[in-house]
Amino acid sequence: MKARRFLPLLPMITLLAMIGPVLAGLYGAVLPAFGHLPAAGLFGPSLAPFEALFAWQGLPRAMFLSVWIGLASTTISLLIVALIMAGWSGTRSFTVLERMLSPLLSVPHAAAAFGFAFLISPSGWISRALSPSVTGWDRPPDLLIVQDPWGLSMIAGLVIKEVPFLMLIALAAIGQVDTKRSAMIVQALGYRRLTGWLKTVFPLVYAQIKFPIYVVLVYAMSVVDVAVILGPNTPSTLSVQIVKLMSDPDLGMRLQAAAGALVQLFLVIGALGFWLIMERVVRRFGLAWIGTGQRGKYDTITRQIGLVLALFCAFSVSFGIASLAIWSFAGYWGFPDFLPDQFILKNWMRHSDGTLEALGETVLIGSVATLTALALTIGCLEAEYRYKLRVTSRGMLLLYLPLLVPQTAFLPGLQTLMLNVGLGVGRGPVIFAHLVFVLPYVFLSLADPFRAWDARMGTIAAALRASPDRVLWSVRLPMLLRPILTAAAVGLAVSVGQYLPTLLIGGGRIETLTTEAVALASGGDRRAIGVYGLMQTAAALVPFSLALLIPAIVWRNRRGLRHG
Amino acid sequence: MDKGLELHDVVISKGGAPLLAISKSVASGEVLTVMGPSGVGKSTLLAYITGTLAPDFEAAGRIVLDGHDITDAPPHARRVGILFQDDLLFPHLSVGANLAFGLRVGGTKFERQQKIAKALDEVGLSGFADRDPATLSGGQKARVALMRMLLSEPCALLLDEPFSRLDAALRAQVRELVFARAKARALPVILVTHDAEDAAAAGGEIVTLVPI
Repeated sequence: MKARRFLPLLPMITLLAMIGPVLAGLYGAVLPAFGHLPAAGLFGPSLAPFEALFAWQGLPRAMFLSVWIGLASTTISLLIVALIMAGWSGTRSFTVLERMLSPLLSVPHAAAAFGFAFLISPSGWISRALSPSVTGWDRPPDLLIVQDPWGLSMIAGLVIKEVPFLMLIALAAIGQVDTKRSAMIVQALGYRRLTGWLKTVFPLVYAQIKFPIYVVLVYAMSVVDVAVILGPNTPSTLSVQIVKLMSDPDLGMRLQAAAGALVQLFLVIGALGFWLIMERVVRRFGLAWIGTGQRGKYDTITRQIGLVLALFCAFSVSFGIASLAIWSFAGYWGFPDFLPDQFILKNWMRHSDGTLEALGETVLIGSVATLTALALTIGCLEAEYRYKLRVTSRGMLLLYLPLLVPQTAFLPGLQTLMLNVGLGVGRGPVIFAHLVFVLPYVFLSLADPFRAWDARMGTIAAALRASPDRVLWSVRLPMLLRPILTAAAVGLAVSVGQYLPTLLIGGGRIETLTTEAVALASGGDRRAIGVYGLMQTAAALVPFSLALLIPAIVWRNRRGLRHG
Repeated sequence: MDKGLELHDVVISKGGAPLLAISKSVASGEVLTVMGPSGVGKSTLLAYITGTLAPDFEAAGRIVLDGHDITDAPPHARRVGILFQDDLLFPHLSVGANLAFGLRVGGTKFERQQKIAKALDEVGLSGFADRDPATLSGGQKARVALMRMLLSEPCALLLDEPFSRLDAALRAQVRELVFARAKARALPVILVTHDAEDAAAAGGEIVTLVPI
């Protein structure tokens, strides 16, 4: 049978689809970084690209910004998540907060960043709410809040998006740790809730979520779209500079970009190394703290701070999206009015052609990438089940690899490599590039429910003389409809949010909602940004609503599947 | 050709250490009861017979069903039926569709519906075909699970503590039903249990596995 020969190969194919482009891209960065780019008539090796890069006066600052923004935003996000879970898990406030944060997970970074900028900018919503009554401003003050030179607004913009992500990952991990009983025991020993949790549960949870934390760190250090919207630009972060060099019409600039990509890679490796060392240091201090036997003198105030910070994240994203919506319908809106004079549809009509075209492109790329990822993931998991393969922790590390190599380190090389071998840029390559990032998330989202499926169902079905294919198609997949649709929604959201792969591998010619929205960043047309940002958010959120709605309708008469 | 289920010198080990050894044959209509403390490998033995042994076990010995050596056959081609302590009805299918899943391929739609209705009648569940299995009581689910298995026309039936989730009154009733249906179809049965009452009700030979 064809299927029988094909299925065992799927794990290898999947791995290749994920790791291949990353390795090829890194390889593709090394040659031009040392002056070898035959397509531009340049032959290496030479150190000229690095010399040119180091001659740029902004480089030290750009490198510093990458490291500072990455470490600060990751640390703050982790702290908020730890505080909120330590202080509040199991309470009703926590359930409410969880419900507020989980839909925010799918809001694309760019849309969240735009929304955040609309809140905090001198003429933003917060300033309008306080003016002129509190501030006395009757015109927007001349303050550099967004794109501040220290990257503080960018750090905040990253934190409000990473907190929901890390919290949901931690919530999934906590299921595998016996938290309820240790909470009972430490409280019986006289510990306050927060201190007891930090001392007993946190170390176990951290061990479970450390890879996602590294992913957040790498992402924050190398992200481009958020940096374009919120980050400093005198100079900008190293990633933004790499993208600028890549889009220079002078092909020779690609050499500098490739050198920059390697510098970016080493920065990330260095920062990860630093993080690993800090893990040890914090562990040492933590053990000493546990040894003191302190029961938690400052618990009450620390808990309150945690709650306030988490609420700040939740409100920042949701009010940010709300301000995108209002701008998209705004007519004349003078400062310091809290709302526009009138709501109009003109903005939407003016951009309807552009948004619909970009929406079509976004949906097309997202669906092909997601369906491919789903097919590969289900094939891998089914092969693992049928051939009783064991997945080692090293195998799981490979899954994280595409997320641990900064996009700005391998995508420029991938584009250059494709030009060198004569592969054009365009929609097909863009879909493949999206697959690199969609696959790990689809796999991570589906693997646990797929493996948790009661294998005795399979034994029973086989005893009922159903072939392995029939068991898969008529028992396992229908029973897993909800997690499969959720994984598809995750995949679509990841694809919708991709900026750099679309821009670089598409050669700037593939226009999705995300690339169009980010391209508007420098123009400052808030109404257009509102329209595109809202469309982008909807493109990511609607699939999640469908993933909830469809199983509820299909299984409305099947009580056994309503909660699983 | 000998009717019945034969286990020839079956030895199952884990990591090189032997776990259990058994060599028995069960004639048509007979029940072999396998007892022993938890962890001795009773369910592992059944997994070997159904062909779903986990990869961390190694097994030797042959399984012969009605004269055919099925040791190397894939699980779905063995014609060995099994019931677990949970009903394991497919939650996405109605009661009737669950039975149709088990029913052998063939026959017109009408004939198949007739067979399903008859099977439901046989266990006192007439008119339950359109029900959601999740809305059935424990005893009703156990009866549907039994009929689903029998409709697939197995040549042997394995019982992995199938009554242990039922309360005492129901337990005797379901047990009697299962043994009566198996006997009516002349199936060789292997019952795994640690309940002495189950073993006594089965009425056949009893082997007690001891840790090796």
